[in-house]
Amino acid sequence: MRRAVGALLRKELRLELRAPQSVPAMALFSVTTLVLFHFALQRGEVDGDLAAGVLCVTLLFAAMLGVSRLFVADREEGGLDGFLLAPVDRTALLVAKAVALGAFLVAVECVLVPAFVFLLLGPALDAAAFARLALVLLLVDAGVAVVGTLVGAIAVQTRARDLLVPLLALPLLMPVVIALAKATTPLFLAAGAGSLPVRWLGILALYDLVFGLLAYGLFDFLVED
Amino acid sequence: MPPRPWPVTVAAPAAIELEGLTRRYGERVALAGVTLALPAGATLVVFGPNGAGKSTLLRILATLLRQHAGTARVLGHALPDEGWAVRGQVGLLGHEPLVYRDLTARENLRFHARLHGVDLERVEELLDRVGLARRADDKVHTYSRGMVQRLAVARAVLHDPAVLLLDEPRASLDPAGAELVEPLIGAAGGRTRVITSHDPAGGLAEADIALGLRAGRPALLAPAGEVDSAEIGALYR
Amino acid sequence: MLYGKRLRGLSIAAFVTLTAGIALAFFYAPMDADQGFMQKIFYVHVPLAMVALGGFVFGGAMAIQHLRTRDPRYDLRSYVAIHLSLILGAGVLITGSIWARASWGHWWVWDEPTLVSFLIVFLLYATYQPLRFSIDDPEKQARYASVFAITAGAFVPLNFLAVRLAQAYTHPRVFATANGGLPARMQVAFYVMLVGMALLYATLWKYEMASKSTSWQLRRLRAKLAGEESAAPRGRSAAPSLPTTT
Repeated sequence: MRRAVGALLRKELRLELRAPQSVPAMALFSVTTLVLFHFALQRGEVDGDLAAGVLCVTLLFAAMLGVSRLFVADREEGGLDGFLLAPVDRTALLVAKAVALGAFLVAVECVLVPAFVFLLLGPALDAAAFARLALVLLLVDAGVAVVGTLVGAIAVQTRARDLLVPLLALPLLMPVVIALAKATTPLFLAAGAGSLPVRWLGILALYDLVFGLLAYGLFDFLVED
Repeated sequence: MPPRPWPVTVAAPAAIELEGLTRRYGERVALAGVTLALPAGATLVVFGPNGAGKSTLLRILATLLRQHAGTARVLGHALPDEGWAVRGQVGLLGHEPLVYRDLTARENLRFHARLHGVDLERVEELLDRVGLARRADDKVHTYSRGMVQRLAVARAVLHDPAVLLLDEPRASLDPAGAELVEPLIGAAGGRTRVITSHDPAGGLAEADIALGLRAGRPALLAPAGEVDSAEIGALYR
Repeated sequence: MLYGKRLRGLSIAAFVTLTAGIALAFFYAPMDADQGFMQKIFYVHVPLAMVALGGFVFGGAMAIQHLRTRDPRYDLRSYVAIHLSLILGAGVLITGSIWARASWGHWWVWDEPTLVSFLIVFLLYATYQPLRFSIDDPEKQARYASVFAITAGAFVPLNFLAVRLAQAYTHPRVFATANGGLPARMQVAFYVMLVGMALLYATLWKYEMASKSTSWQLRRLRAKLAGEESAAPRGRSAAPSLPTTT
């Protein structure tokens, strides 16, 4: 299992580094979306719940691009069959894809968050607020990665692939949106970060756990045939 | 032409046993009632027009597809329930090369070697044997079709499978390329082989048993020595 | 598979219970002190919502059975259940919206967590049909639809929890506690309506199942009579199918 995950992950990251597709597109798209928000909201800077909303929507829409692409190379170049022929647990593919998508999301956030702070965010982020933001985003990334892998595996087998990804993923990610927005709102207030949003971290952790188990149980049915 | 009664006495243990194998796609029947036994080390060549069910048969044997009725045993393991035991002992060379175009030949083979738990030295050996050693670090999308096919051959035999499933293996190879891969996928390798072919004479020459499919149904099943090319040609009319 | 059995009895039971429920709601249950006559829609809206959610859960359970057994009949059961729940779900959103307008003066209120989470669930399940339609191979379609139905089924409670927690304050609601604040006579009318709606759902489900399996059998007979090849191809469809030959 570990050997297979390692091989798959190495292949995944090498493909992305060799012919970068997902990460640059996602990063560029997220910065463009920030500019879009500036004009659409007609604000030079945002704070509090508005800032949380802007960050949340931008991140999620960028994630949709990555989800749409996640299984395309495997489908078009037959890599999926190549994997299925190997005597390894199919869960390895789920783990490798989710880890890869999570890594892509972290990479995008490394561009998105600084861009957001410089371009739109009113109050300055201190170190404590920054650490909390990172913690929340990591839990969010885990949930998006798992749900994204599940949705990507479903959508890649359909004719309407790119249409179905947001239609399936966005409602499924609504609890993540709620938790992300609620948890980051206090971080973006001028008054500074309050106490750690334990309730929302708990919700995110529960979400990650539930969908992690679901994906583990269901993924095998998505890769056969 | 009605299928002939099964004429071969099976001495060696059968590597592949099929009994009433049937597969549908929706309401279209892709394969219906295929029954045969292939001794270990023997070669079965499957003839039939496009859409006759040749690729479906190979995909079932490769554990990539489940049959709807009938039984299939590969190396003594029943499919699809014991597919895990068969995987890793079959090599599939299909229409798709199953390699990533943005990776190099070496990277592709190493990826599959890791999945199969094969020693990485085997990758170098095979790159050499299919004549790709010099281009091994070029991305696959810069290759000609013949080179991609040779890489696919290397991929299919990487884990030294007991059973080879070959879908028109020489279709995109020039004579030199075909000669190069012959030791790997030819009869001399001693592997049990299932090959699909459109070439009556060439196919019969390397077959021990010939199977003719028409619309998924076996129209011909006989030892290759008892079949002549005209009978194969009749399948296509 | 004879889904037509007991259909007449079920239909009559559903009709009688619903009629009784409506009569009770209008003539027996007291008028609500704050909301007046418009509160009567509560007797339709809430049972409808509960039955629709129950149908989604039932669809998920059938989907689990389908993945376990690979029997296409379970996929059909799941499909019909989700399909019906979606239709009822549209009714839930419309009645909820009318009620919101009557009580709070707005067609939509975001601080009503039950209704808001129902909207999210509805949006998710609305993708069920397009998903099925865009997969051609009937078996793969059934399998993927089942994975969707199970995922969505598990999503429902999680979503309710998140939406509920997100409310900064809770609006005073009639049905917040199903029997807490409700007078006994309202409760009677409510539960009769709930049973009536459940019976209605069961009746419709059985009708649809009977119709679908009859047309399958018809196709199978035709194929037997005229030979497999002569049966017209089924074409692209979002509905499940059984093989005509077995």
